[in-house]
Amino acid sequence: MSDHEYKPKSKAGKWFNDRLPLLTLGAHLTDYPTPKNLNYWWTFGGILTFCLLTQIITGVVLAMHYVAHADLAFASVEHIMRDVNYGWLIRYIHSNGASMFFLAVYIHIFRSLFYGSYKSPREVIWIIGLLIYLLMMAAAFMGYVLPWGQMSFWGATVITNLFSAIPLVGESITTWLWGAYSVDNPTLNRFFSLHYLIPFLILGLVVLHIWALHVPGNNNPVGIDIKKPSKDTVPFHPYITIKDAFALLMFMIVFAGFVFFTPNVLGHSDNYIPANPLVTPAHIVPEWYLLPFYAILRSVPDKLGGVILMFGAIFILFVLPWLDTSKVRSAVFRPLYRQFYWIFVIDVLMLGYIGAMPAEGIYLVLARVGTIYYFLHFIVVLPVVGLLEKTEPIPMSISDPVLSSGAEPSLAKKDNVKI
Amino acid sequence: MSKEEKKVNRRDFLYTASYTVGAVGVGAVVWPLIDQMNPDKAQKALATTEVDISNIEPGKEITVLWRGKPVFLKRRTPEEIAEARSVSLDDLPDPQKDEERVIEGKDEWLVMLGVCTHLGCVPLKNKGDFKGWFCPCHGSHYDVSGRIRKGPAPKNMEIPKFEFVDNNTIKIG
Repeated sequence: MSDHEYKPKSKAGKWFNDRLPLLTLGAHLTDYPTPKNLNYWWTFGGILTFCLLTQIITGVVLAMHYVAHADLAFASVEHIMRDVNYGWLIRYIHSNGASMFFLAVYIHIFRSLFYGSYKSPREVIWIIGLLIYLLMMAAAFMGYVLPWGQMSFWGATVITNLFSAIPLVGESITTWLWGAYSVDNPTLNRFFSLHYLIPFLILGLVVLHIWALHVPGNNNPVGIDIKKPSKDTVPFHPYITIKDAFALLMFMIVFAGFVFFTPNVLGHSDNYIPANPLVTPAHIVPEWYLLPFYAILRSVPDKLGGVILMFGAIFILFVLPWLDTSKVRSAVFRPLYRQFYWIFVIDVLMLGYIGAMPAEGIYLVLARVGTIYYFLHFIVVLPVVGLLEKTEPIPMSISDPVLSSGAEPSLAKKDNVKI
Repeated sequence: MSKEEKKVNRRDFLYTASYTVGAVGVGAVVWPLIDQMNPDKAQKALATTEVDISNIEPGKEITVLWRGKPVFLKRRTPEEIAEARSVSLDDLPDPQKDEERVIEGKDEWLVMLGVCTHLGCVPLKNKGDFKGWFCPCHGSHYDVSGRIRKGPAPKNMEIPKFEFVDNNTIKIG
């Protein structure tokens, strides 16, 4: 894949690189030609890497103090909050870090939807990304169970009961997941084990995600294929690293704002009550990042149907590259898709809001409309719009729109020489 | 390679035999890894619970824990029993007579898993549109016999296996 032969300068470097070409890999990552017009929506890949590492580091530390037992878990979390040095800080970073992780991943996904990054030849990057997203949801759900509060217990009960909707084998699967006849100590114990495992699976998939990205190279806001390297690209380092670093800094300000000023605003106070298998809290709500899917689940008046639509809402994303019939990637040149894109964004936000509301009256009606539209967007709107739409003219190169919109051509030329 | 050589030879036999033995071996290793997640002996040992019911007045209800799940024990009044039995089976999403949900001769005792058949929450007593139970999680209504009447739950609340050890003791499980 490397377009050039990298030669280490030092003798030791050459000796090592001949045996394991890590330095060649490093050089590839540094020089990796990147479209020069990437905007800040493209900085979330770096931010997500930061989020994953933050969760792994704080998680490993928390596991040094946490006890995965139904009788001790709740107290051990309080022990972390009160007794362990900086335990409160590390736990708040970890719990808010999960929300920050999802915030970043949603922006990352919606960026891909707007600029058509999921389209050929980047379908595999998209699918690996969705697998990461699925694992993230599994990890977040199991992590939320570990403090063994009321929301932990009843969230686990409701989510594991989703599998009981499967005909014939549903009950056996649920009992197998529990390791008991209800959510109990064996459930907590295995969730802890899996919660520790999944981040490393995600890390492996992230490597594949980036590897798959480096084959065709980045998509870009204009969405056209570019020659690499060329006057349309800049080396990853220092151009993208510095931009990513700046965006990360901004992101960390928001992150720190949550951790230090409102560390519990994204959680539920019910989870500070120890788990009680005899009493269900009045309002069971999942964490905010799962609310749209929860709204879809509740909008269907049938148990199996609700479960199928909820999982369907996620799995339909896997075939998205083949549902979108438009050859033009970026919504910048797709006047019709651009409008449907924003309707879809509003639809998902609305479903998220409804997911937090009681399932009755006007909310139930809106949830049903929102659910139907969610699926219509993928099954009808995307294939049809791609065929009917008259797209706007696409530039031949990234430099094209820049130069024709009144930028100083001589300056651009100078830049190219530098590169 | 000529056509005659396509007939089964020693090597084909070896391939098939190796794959078969390999598959059996993989299965033998995978099954313990899967089955270890099923309820263990300690969990199964908790399979029965005995409950003293001598203090429960008619119209009252208690909740006990059995296998980690709540069990509702309700001593119903004659009016409640009459009401449960007056319901037409056509009005029930999961048709079942009240008589089938109790032990004959002990009709006042309703013993059932206090677990909503939708997604497993514990329904609240004396709530909902049918004077029975109401599940706050996703809005399922149950009647005085614990039968589903309205909402997303597909089935009536489950009746566990139970028996009267004597007049004052019920054994669940």
